[in-house]
Amino acid sequence: MAQVRENKGARKAIVAVVLIIFTIIYMIPLFYIVNTSFRPWADIREYPPKLIYQPSVAAFIRIFTARAVYPPGQAPTEQELKDMSTIERIVYKETNERIVRTGDLPRRYLNSLIICVLSTMITILLGTTAAYGFSRFPVKGKDDWMFFILSTRMLPPVIVGIPVFLMFRNVGLNDSHLGLILLYVAFNVSFAVWVLKGFIDEIPREYEDAALVDGYSRFQAFRKIVLPQSVTGIAATAVFVFIFAWNEYAFAFMLTRNTAQTVPAWLPYQMGVLGFDWGAAAAGTTLFLIPPMVLTILLRNHLVRGISFGAVRK
Amino acid sequence: MQKKKGPLLVDARGNQVNFNPMRDVNLVRLFVFPTIILLIVINIFPLLWSLVLSFTDYSARLQTEWGVNPEWEGTKNYVALFTNPDIWLKFITTGKYVLMSVGGEMILGFGLALLLQTKFAGRGIIYVLLVLPMTMSPVIVGLMWKLFMDPNWGMFNFMLGLGRIDWAQDPARNLYAIVIVDIWMWTPFVMLLSMAGLSAVPQYLYEAAEVDRASWWFKFSRITLPMTYPLLLIALIFRVMDAFKIFDLPMGLVGRGSGAPPLLSMEVYSQTFMTWRTSYGSALGYIMLIVIIAITSVLIKYLNKAKH
Repeated sequence: MAQVRENKGARKAIVAVVLIIFTIIYMIPLFYIVNTSFRPWADIREYPPKLIYQPSVAAFIRIFTARAVYPPGQAPTEQELKDMSTIERIVYKETNERIVRTGDLPRRYLNSLIICVLSTMITILLGTTAAYGFSRFPVKGKDDWMFFILSTRMLPPVIVGIPVFLMFRNVGLNDSHLGLILLYVAFNVSFAVWVLKGFIDEIPREYEDAALVDGYSRFQAFRKIVLPQSVTGIAATAVFVFIFAWNEYAFAFMLTRNTAQTVPAWLPYQMGVLGFDWGAAAAGTTLFLIPPMVLTILLRNHLVRGISFGAVRK
Repeated sequence: MQKKKGPLLVDARGNQVNFNPMRDVNLVRLFVFPTIILLIVINIFPLLWSLVLSFTDYSARLQTEWGVNPEWEGTKNYVALFTNPDIWLKFITTGKYVLMSVGGEMILGFGLALLLQTKFAGRGIIYVLLVLPMTMSPVIVGLMWKLFMDPNWGMFNFMLGLGRIDWAQDPARNLYAIVIVDIWMWTPFVMLLSMAGLSAVPQYLYEAAEVDRASWWFKFSRITLPMTYPLLLIALIFRVMDAFKIFDLPMGLVGRGSGAPPLLSMEVYSQTFMTWRTSYGSALGYIMLIVIIAITSVLIKYLNKAKH
């Protein structure tokens, strides 16, 4: 018996070690990109890459600003150097540049935030009500409607993108916040309905029936009984919808040029513009990936349900 | 306007609900219709429009004048598509890509899920770290790997002990680069669904097999695999559908230059927005859509069989 137990313990240890090594290897690309964003300008193009260096935030400043190089012979004087702010001094010391104005990233980041927050709110409003309707009432042809809702989600974005581009051009919605918000709502609401219906199905009907007997109207029962009980589900769904909208690329790329452009549609095309500034590209990537990473960690208990559209409940 | 139709609302026995029926009916309409209308306006109507366009010679760049642009061309776009030998290359490349990436993800994801059944300290952290790539933006993941795989300064070649191999820009290799990144990104997806499937396998089956001194292989092939098969199929369906329409990842990793791999979504994009043959692009999009629907409905049939 002791032999068996020992074997089991050894096997457990081996599996743990294998998994830990695998995970470390798996995380290397992420580590590399974060690492690159903190590397000083002079070190970035070293090969093989150095592991130990003086970390610098200059790349993050560069991605947020537009700069101009000091022409030769016009370097700042001692006095000017003293008067510079810390940020300006960091940039000057690393790349011999002065900051001209705020760059393009802040506005793209703001666009991403506005579009994602608003579209998530509208999606959840529509999704919760529709899910409640489908969950509680025997709507005619319910399964067909639910399947119709799901199928709209499965359409490849490039194919929907063409006619939407033409339609938006006709009504002047191309490159506008409203256009992208509408599109994101339409694309995510199917997800929200399916997942939220699962959550609402799990709330016993008896609570509402009791409330109805007590003289609540249907709507009051929905607002005061169902909504409070499904807060967790709604929150998890909202986080998922936000992540989807935050990550969306195809529509943003096809339908926005400037005013409403989001980060994913902008960042990949900055390599040339930034003069192959690797540090800045890495810094932008790092900043962009942080929100979904944090949200995923918060979501970890609802992940399976979300990625399977509510088909798998655990 | 209000015509008398059959009852929209019925109770469990199929009778029309008779206390305050209108109130519930109106509430359901208020709750359900906005979503349906939005989907029809933003998704279905444009799709039908592009179906019409695929039978014309429309170009989105030119001024629209009915009768001139677009002009009705019948099935000319479709005929041109099927007689173009290039198109088969695109289908084959996309198929190859789907097979390689989804195959890799299924094997790796299921393997990881099996290993993660072992309980040990730090398992939770490993789980959270492994699922991170899945919720990142594919285009940004592509950009990230573009830096990582760069032939001059990237770490990928250095770590594998390879020379200065250009993964992202060399047409002979960039399809494999996309496969590698796709596997990196979506293995967690298969892993998560497999874990859900494995946790639902009743423990007593293993105990019974243990009593019979069944081999590891017997337990795996007769208990584990059949019990998790439906969930593996769900994972497969989601992954095949997604991989077939892949667009973001190659755009981030390779870009839309001439060296880009001949994948279907990329072709639809470049026909529509770069050479401005909008209706040709729409026609290709429709063929793609039909293929996706065909593949998924076959898989769903298997899924329904597996559930019974």
